[in-house]
Amino acid sequence: MQASQNNEVYAIRLEGISKRFGNKIANDNVDLNVKHGQILAILGENGSGKTTLMNVIAGIYFPDHGKIFVDGKEVVMKSPKEAIKYGIGMIHQHFKLVDVFSAAENIMLGLEEKEKYSIKRCEKRVSEIANQYGFEIDPSRKIYEMSVSEKQTVEIIKVLYRNANILILDEPTAVLAPQETEKLFDVLRKMRDDGKAIIIITHKLHEVLSLSDQVAVLCKGKYIGTVNTAETNEAKLTEMMVGKKVTLNIDRPEPINRKPRLELSHVSCVNREGTKILNDVSFTAYSGEILGIAGIAGSGQRELLESIAGLQKPEGEILYIDPETGKTEDLRSKTPMQIREKGISLSFIPEDRLGMGLVGNMDIVDNVMLRSYRKGRPFLLDRNNPKKLAEKIIEDLEVVTPGVSTPIRSLSGGNVQKVLVGREIASAPTVLMSAYPVRGLDINSSYMIYHLLNKQKENGCAVIYVGEDLDVLLALADRILVICAGSVSGIFDARTTTKEEIGLKMIQNKHQRGSDANG
Amino acid sequence: MQMADTGKKIKEPLFHIVRRDNIVWWKAWIIRLLAILAALVFCGIVSFLLTKENPLRIYSVMFDGAFGTKRRVWSLAQNVAMLLCVSVAVAPAFKMRFWNVGGEGQVLAGGLASAACMILFGDSLPSAVLLIVMLIASILAGAIWAVIPAIFRARWNTNETLFTLMMNYIAIQLVSFFAYKWSVPKGSGQVGIINRTSHAGWLPVIGDMEYLLNIIIVLVLTVIMYVYLKYSKQGYEIAVVGESEKTAKYIGISVRKVILRTMIISGAICGLAGLLLVAGTDHTISRETAAGRGFTAIMVTWMAKFNPFFMVLTSLLIVFLEKGATEISTAFELNESFSEIITGIIIFFIIGCEFFIQYRVVFREKEAA
Repeated sequence: MQASQNNEVYAIRLEGISKRFGNKIANDNVDLNVKHGQILAILGENGSGKTTLMNVIAGIYFPDHGKIFVDGKEVVMKSPKEAIKYGIGMIHQHFKLVDVFSAAENIMLGLEEKEKYSIKRCEKRVSEIANQYGFEIDPSRKIYEMSVSEKQTVEIIKVLYRNANILILDEPTAVLAPQETEKLFDVLRKMRDDGKAIIIITHKLHEVLSLSDQVAVLCKGKYIGTVNTAETNEAKLTEMMVGKKVTLNIDRPEPINRKPRLELSHVSCVNREGTKILNDVSFTAYSGEILGIAGIAGSGQRELLESIAGLQKPEGEILYIDPETGKTEDLRSKTPMQIREKGISLSFIPEDRLGMGLVGNMDIVDNVMLRSYRKGRPFLLDRNNPKKLAEKIIEDLEVVTPGVSTPIRSLSGGNVQKVLVGREIASAPTVLMSAYPVRGLDINSSYMIYHLLNKQKENGCAVIYVGEDLDVLLALADRILVICAGSVSGIFDARTTTKEEIGLKMIQNKHQRGSDANG
Repeated sequence: MQMADTGKKIKEPLFHIVRRDNIVWWKAWIIRLLAILAALVFCGIVSFLLTKENPLRIYSVMFDGAFGTKRRVWSLAQNVAMLLCVSVAVAPAFKMRFWNVGGEGQVLAGGLASAACMILFGDSLPSAVLLIVMLIASILAGAIWAVIPAIFRARWNTNETLFTLMMNYIAIQLVSFFAYKWSVPKGSGQVGIINRTSHAGWLPVIGDMEYLLNIIIVLVLTVIMYVYLKYSKQGYEIAVVGESEKTAKYIGISVRKVILRTMIISGAICGLAGLLLVAGTDHTISRETAAGRGFTAIMVTWMAKFNPFFMVLTSLLIVFLEKGATEISTAFELNESFSEIITGIIIFFIIGCEFFIQYRVVFREKEAA
């Protein structure tokens, strides 16, 4: 009887959910429940099964075992469409929108309405929903004209439009600036007060603490427990997540023998559509320091690193200063091959690990070989040395893999990144660029990456670190360059600056540009 | 217990599909074998319903058609060799994810070049020199036919599928044109056997085994291609470009260069296949010289997942089906379409079973009492 009463109360209740992929157990006997008018944060290291669990609730995956109750009644959902029928809506990490359609058109897409198709009626309802919860949106604007946070708003309204009472948000703040995050949280709080049940996945502890009512913690697919947010703190949550206490302090050794290594002056870059994606960027990266680059996703970080790596055709000057001879070399418009032929050891850990840094279908040896396959005897490949290197990387960086001949794509995200980082630092780089190197990684792996970067810094390498987590940037970097809409909006000493200062610089130029366009 | 009751009322889907992580190789082969068995059973039912013949008899005739006599086995081997040759040729292109559907035209270009040498220099050059000239001409012709679309793809990113396809039609029409020009008797549009008496430009026959040289050449090519794709630096570059052009660019591989180089190799081997067909087996040239092998080879390559040794098996399978099916239609006085139905069903099963190698179907668990 007790059980059935509980069922009545909860908006959604999971009982013993298990899901496995091949040999990997993503969810192992997970229980979870959320009431109406409550925000539940799901916390867990990487690969702890958070996203899988949410996909089960949203009807995308079918669980191997376990039961799902919505408003106390057991339900079986074979597709996202059925989940929507039960009032469950998911906002994915990667938006699923048609670029050339307007917001309203995207919202209507796939909707089976009995009434006649009317974009006007849809736009009206969208505006109503927006007013109710405090969204800012123009329903007739096309998606491609929108910023990331606006796109996210469209995704949220899309599920509200379908009368969702249970909202699932998968890492919604990963792409947002701090100010935008606050706005989103205000909206979510309003929805909670309206009686909606909200489940939010996030890696960021302070967001969990400021937003949620309860926190559920997963660890390696297992459900650890749920605590009331008011009764916990960062240290306690971290302990639950990783099983042991992890010091949140990142080492930051003082730079030694700091000398200019890379000098960029007036670098501009145009993308395929002809839009200026980098605008007159100038800065110097020094040996023995970590230069952090902060900015909202898509502000030109990728193009900046790619320009240095020889993958773009920028204007301006990119001078490399050789640490031994002091001779300078202009890297601009050199191909990656030409840069390497000059004897410059420039390593680059790109954002898109499997699409750019590695080849998913190849095994670890073949991936480690990417940088060095030209060495050795003519014509035929030498797989012996790469194999040794692969084994060394696996051992040194604690890569979890069945063997060296396992295809990269079947490793978990953290292990994929370790292989990539291991390969890139193997060549003793003098410049090491990394874009979001800890994105999607658990805390232990993240610390390992920070440690490896610090080691490169001590070796006299100029490290450039593009990051999204300002706390990490403030703790790890020596200086922080803030990029906004393709321009440098400020360079700060990471030891003295504040999060607010950087957060403000991240969005400052955007507003300026907006008013220019209007005027 | 209450829970179990409510659970029963709700319809759980009968099965769902799960991606396999990695499958042991022998399990994959068992699945393939089962697929062929299932295909044979299904074909048996279909042929019984349509023809009222005993399916076992149909299969035995099919087998007989392919392996029945020494001559048939030999002709089968020769046909397998030629299909394998074109498959080996297009394999690097497809491994690079370059849709070279122009194998047909490249083979014809090579064949036309060697036929031209035979006709024009047949009387003037000593046979060894003539063969060398033919070899160079056919390889060049095939390579040129392949590199034209490759240049356009590498420079201007044109669609290689359409381009290579169009090159086929040009090659076919060129062959028609020259077949008319060289026709014997004049105006018949048929070239007939070239150098019937002098045998100038015919590939030498080893012993009395007419096609043995062809078969040996193709087998050597197959081994070379296996090593090239798996152990050479260029083969590695092909794999990287095929899997991800972005990674290739990131690492500093010149994608343009790899596309051009690979298509030259692909076209050159197709040209060589043309030479083997014209100088080694047919001793003539016509629009049908390539006989659709440029297209069939695509299937052979993909079914073998670009592994040249597996291609031996897949090309054998396809030639066997073709030969056997033709035999059925003559032996039982059925028309060509029936044999094509059989071939279609079997290939459908073989390709379809790859799904079960990639995925696993999980059925609803029976509730324990």
